Amino acid sequence: MLKKLALTTAVALGLSAGGALAAGGSDAKIENYAFSFEGLTGSFDQNQLQRGLQVYTEICAACHGLKYVSFRNLSDDGGPALPEDQVFAYADEYEVFDAAIDDFRSATPADKFPASALANAPDLSLMAKARAGFHGPAGTGISQLINGMGGPEYIASLLAGYTGEEKEEAGTILYENTAFPGGWISMAPPLYGDDVEFADEDASTELEDIAQDVSAFLMWTAEPKMMARKQAGLTGLIFLSVLSVLLYLTNKRLWAAAKGKKSA
Amino acid sequence: MSGIPHDHYEPKSDGQKWLHKRLPVVGLLYDTLMLPTPKNLNWMWIWGIVLTFTLALQIITGIVLVMHYVPHVDMAFASVEHIMRDVNGGHMIRYFHMNGASLFFVAVYAHIFRGLYYGSYKAPREVTWIIGMLIYLLMMGTAFMGYVLPWGQMSFHGTAVITGLFGAIPFVGESIQTWLLGASAVGQPALNRFFSLHYLMPFIIAGLVIVHIWAFHTTGNNNPTGVEVRRTSKEEAERDTLPFWPYFVIKDLFALAIVLVVFMAVVGFMPNYLGHPDNYIEANALVTPAHIVPEWYFLPFYAILRAFTAEVWVVQLADFVTFGIVDAKFFGVLAMFGAIAVMALAPWLDTSSVRSGRYRPMFKWWFGLLVVDFFVLMWVGARPAEFPYDVISLIASTYWFAYFLVILPLLGIIEKPMTPPTTIEDDFNAHYGKKDGAADAVATPAE
Repeated sequence: MLKKLALTTAVALGLSAGGALAAGGSDAKIENYAFSFEGLTGSFDQNQLQRGLQVYTEICAACHGLKYVSFRNLSDDGGPALPEDQVFAYADEYEVFDAAIDDFRSATPADKFPASALANAPDLSLMAKARAGFHGPAGTGISQLINGMGGPEYIASLLAGYTGEEKEEAGTILYENTAFPGGWISMAPPLYGDDVEFADEDASTELEDIAQDVSAFLMWTAEPKMMARKQAGLTGLIFLSVLSVLLYLTNKRLWAAAKGKKSA
Repeated sequence: MSGIPHDHYEPKSDGQKWLHKRLPVVGLLYDTLMLPTPKNLNWMWIWGIVLTFTLALQIITGIVLVMHYVPHVDMAFASVEHIMRDVNGGHMIRYFHMNGASLFFVAVYAHIFRGLYYGSYKAPREVTWIIGMLIYLLMMGTAFMGYVLPWGQMSFHGTAVITGLFGAIPFVGESIQTWLLGASAVGQPALNRFFSLHYLMPFIIAGLVIVHIWAFHTTGNNNPTGVEVRRTSKEEAERDTLPFWPYFVIKDLFALAIVLVVFMAVVGFMPNYLGHPDNYIEANALVTPAHIVPEWYFLPFYAILRAFTAEVWVVQLADFVTFGIVDAKFFGVLAMFGAIAVMALAPWLDTSSVRSGRYRPMFKWWFGLLVVDFFVLMWVGARPAEFPYDVISLIASTYWFAYFLVILPLLGIIEKPMTPPTTIEDDFNAHYGKKDGAADAVATPAE
């Protein structure tokens, strides 16, 4: 129902946003993974976020940063919801520079994750919102309306999209990737499958599965209040719908006196 | 205040009389709220309330956002993330504000096209129309400057492109661009002044909204028939109208609630749909996004700007006769502002004796085509400037100008309009039937 409603709006809005993005990665292959946080009531899968955090910590964090995310957020409801003692222990693993003592110290939950270690590795805090996986068709934005913007799908497809081909260009090694616009990316394949050992032995460590885990985690870092937002949205929808019905009835009754009976 | 005869406020108690003698503010509110309003207004007359509400929404959410935002090139982006992550309810307030801009433009476009179809711009409502156009221009300026504030990639490079338009003005362009930016390039001075103006301009808009309302309260509302309310006596006026309160207030609030259901769905479930992902990357002067695309509400005029390239003969002619002063870039800028200017001039370009498009058989089709044209322009505005989009945008831009400069003046001469109903009451009764009893007794006189 929402999609229909939204579709009408989007058409009225003039087929906009998707069109803006349509150019660029039209030949890129983005898998439309089913994430638990999609849809009206979908929510983050706590276990998946914790697995994603582990993948991020053990692999991505070697080069990339999360400079807008605080350690304390790891214990947030609707997020990874780590117990507080674990958050303390996790933060303690990191060293941060403290201007007050002009020295490095181990991090506390009040600190933020470090920024990227490598200059050419982008910060990942907002990556899931800074990329769009779905486009078009033909600049209408309908694909994004139905499937979402496709940020996490893009990240998962990229991580699982290496073909194994390499080439050297101006002294840089480029790796062929089916999801990356242009097809060649300078990031070496970070995941191969079985890169991590999860505490939950039943959790799959296949390449595509851990790629989705870390993508879900990055969606959370980009939009930590998503659950609160959807809840507010749903509550707002219900209240406004009731208000609409009441106003409709009031309006009908009010005008009935002014309107005559239809004679013909 | 209104030219339509109706009851005015009479202070009753001693306290009311005391105040009324000194400051007739209650009378002003009463006359404003009890304004006789044509009773046949249809659902396209609800956008004014939606716009007023949205202005208030934007001002209130904006004031709260300013409490947490830092207008500094090194901190602006991070402060927006601070709002999204750490400020209580900040993510909702920011998404309301961000999507509120889109709601504002959805409503204003519906409002403007309503006016264009029903001839609301025609005498005696030209001043209302012109003030409306000024409000629209200020809205565009405000929205543009607001988009700069998050200091994302699209903010930064969009600003460079748009202020570059002023750089296209012959001779003084570069000086104007530098003056606007406060520097030779987009940076801290530009961010500071855009922040300042983004805060100021909504209040100017609010002032103009009051003048806009004052103007149409003087002339009375237009209505779907374009027939004026009878003003010879209060009794006659009362048969064409109903007071704004409660009839139209409740009707408009109902419509507003429906609009807000859709708005809430967008904010709650797809708040970034209308935005551009690149704006979640912090501004970087050294990396230019592959495609710099304005927000959707600017796209039609952005398409007109890009349509007139150096290959178009009109542009070449203008270039030749002005000895190169009007080059392709400047021509595009002129066309973009001209597209809004011709719309503002509609009251004087439309020569038809009939006001409402409902009774204009030929006009209806041309108007329909204009609406389609608007959406086509919006679509090509977001597409790369290459074949076939360049040809489409040129045709669509040409139609935009042709509608106002050729079709509107000509239609008044060659079109044979139908006869509108004599009175608003007739139109209303034709739709809803005559009221029993009392209506018959007074139905005969003066028609």
